[in-house]
Amino acid sequence: MNSLSEIQNDNLKYGLFLGCIIPNRYPMIERSIRDVFDELGMKLLDLKGASCCPAPGVFRSFHNLTWLVIAARNISIAEKLGVSPITGCNGCYGTLRDVWYELNHNYKLKKDINKELNKIGKKYTGKYEPKHIVQVLYLDLGLDYLRNYIKYSFSNLKVAVHYGCHIVRPSDKRPWNNEYEYPTFLDEIVELTGANSIEYKDKNLCCGAGGGVRSAINEVAADFTKEKLINIRNAGVDIIITCCPFCQLQFDLGQKDVANLYMDEIKKPFNIPVIYITQLLGLSMGLDPNRLGLIKNHTLKDISPYISYKPFLKLIKEQLI
Amino acid sequence: MNEKIQEIIKRDICESYNSNILRKFIDTGLEEIRACINCGTCTGSCPSGRRTALRTRSVIKKALDGDDSVLKDIDIWLCSTCYYCYERCPRNILVTDMVIKLRNIAVEKGYILEKHFNLAYNVFFKTCHAISAKGENNKKWRELRESYKLPSLPPTVHSYPEAVKECQTLMKEVKFKKLLDQIKKKIKK
Ligand code: SF4
Ligand code: SF4
Repeated sequence: MNSLSEIQNDNLKYGLFLGCIIPNRYPMIERSIRDVFDELGMKLLDLKGASCCPAPGVFRSFHNLTWLVIAARNISIAEKLGVSPITGCNGCYGTLRDVWYELNHNYKLKKDINKELNKIGKKYTGKYEPKHIVQVLYLDLGLDYLRNYIKYSFSNLKVAVHYGCHIVRPSDKRPWNNEYEYPTFLDEIVELTGANSIEYKDKNLCCGAGGGVRSAINEVAADFTKEKLINIRNAGVDIIITCCPFCQLQFDLGQKDVANLYMDEIKKPFNIPVIYITQLLGLSMGLDPNRLGLIKNHTLKDISPYISYKPFLKLIKEQLI
Repeated sequence: MNEKIQEIIKRDICESYNSNILRKFIDTGLEEIRACINCGTCTGSCPSGRRTALRTRSVIKKALDGDDSVLKDIDIWLCSTCYYCYERCPRNILVTDMVIKLRNIAVEKGYILEKHFNLAYNVFFKTCHAISAKGENNKKWRELRESYKLPSLPPTVHSYPEAVKECQTLMKEVKFKKLLDQIKKKIKK
């Protein structure tokens, strides 16, 4: 068991790699990651001047070399600070981790990439492992460590956990002992908060957004999402929990797309709140819902979250007092 | 040829099985595509193929046969990169990586969807983000950030113009910019 002092002695520091969707469309996720990590006694350094990871489904698909060199630049910013880059996005995780893996296993490629980076005065070493924030929570800190911080238990809450793809696959480049089909780590974190993770059909089905599908052929992406949402609704849950802002967007804004495109099939709108893992974890750690981006405090229109958090807040309110 | 691959493939490339597309796979170290036995496990695992015309097995077969239509069809762009085929291929072919390689070859030849091109040319190259919070159109997103007590722009390329320059230099050096410009010319025609 990791004791509190043992871990704190290690002086855990990470570089927060923001990516694009989290800071520019779902800033409540950024807010909740920063605040939960702060509460857990960890230091998150900003990776100043970091860019798009670049997104694996689009930019890697267009030009592999661009994908490699821009990702290596991003990782090198964290290396310079002497920390692992950590990300809350499955897509960024896929890029940073797969590039890290590829460069560390291909000496010639690494040399070629460094030749390019040298032109802008940067260098890639590969010494620091890129991680997902869920990986930090589950593997670096561990459930026992997190349990010390849990103050409230949401035993009435029924949750559909959605992992997404790139946090577990390709499994040979991930830290989950090659488990790609039935992972449990995210369910275990959710259940720390007292909530119940409900089984549903085809739980590991992709949300549909990745691979450049949402950006060019939205009807196909929405068709994936429709199938998932129908399965989730049939299981009778209160909320969806994600660990990726692109999946989050696809379930949140996607509920509107699905309603527009496929109303005859779904009969009525789903209206299932979509919550990011650190928003739920933070609540159960006793953080102010304002600090977790769960309270709307503006009058802006056409803005995330597209599906209101209110029913969720109402549900857990009784358990917070 | 890599010994490990030689062992699974058990034959040299013969003329009839040699295509320009296949050559590109071999040259970039993705030769194991030749180990495909056409079993269809990838197609059977594919969540996209359940609702679209994408048949992963045929895509791989066409690449092996040098059937150029695979580069022009929309099919390769229907893959959501879920990596199920990659995990399940009984011949350990990194199937998703093969699909991505095909996309790279397609773009090289100028086959790219308009929305994808615009994203690369007008957003990614210019801002170095895939989704921007800059400009008049995105004011609401900056205000949303402020409402959660975050700086209106994140500490990314958005806050450091010299970082945008760095990324653009890299994109020029690896000839991505040139490729985009060529496609742009083609589109105009
Ligand atoms: S699963 Fe592998 S061997 Fe089977 S058809 Fe697909 S690529 Fe070929
Ligand atoms: S990675 Fe692409 S081709 Fe392979 S199973 Fe998933 S959607 Fe289908």
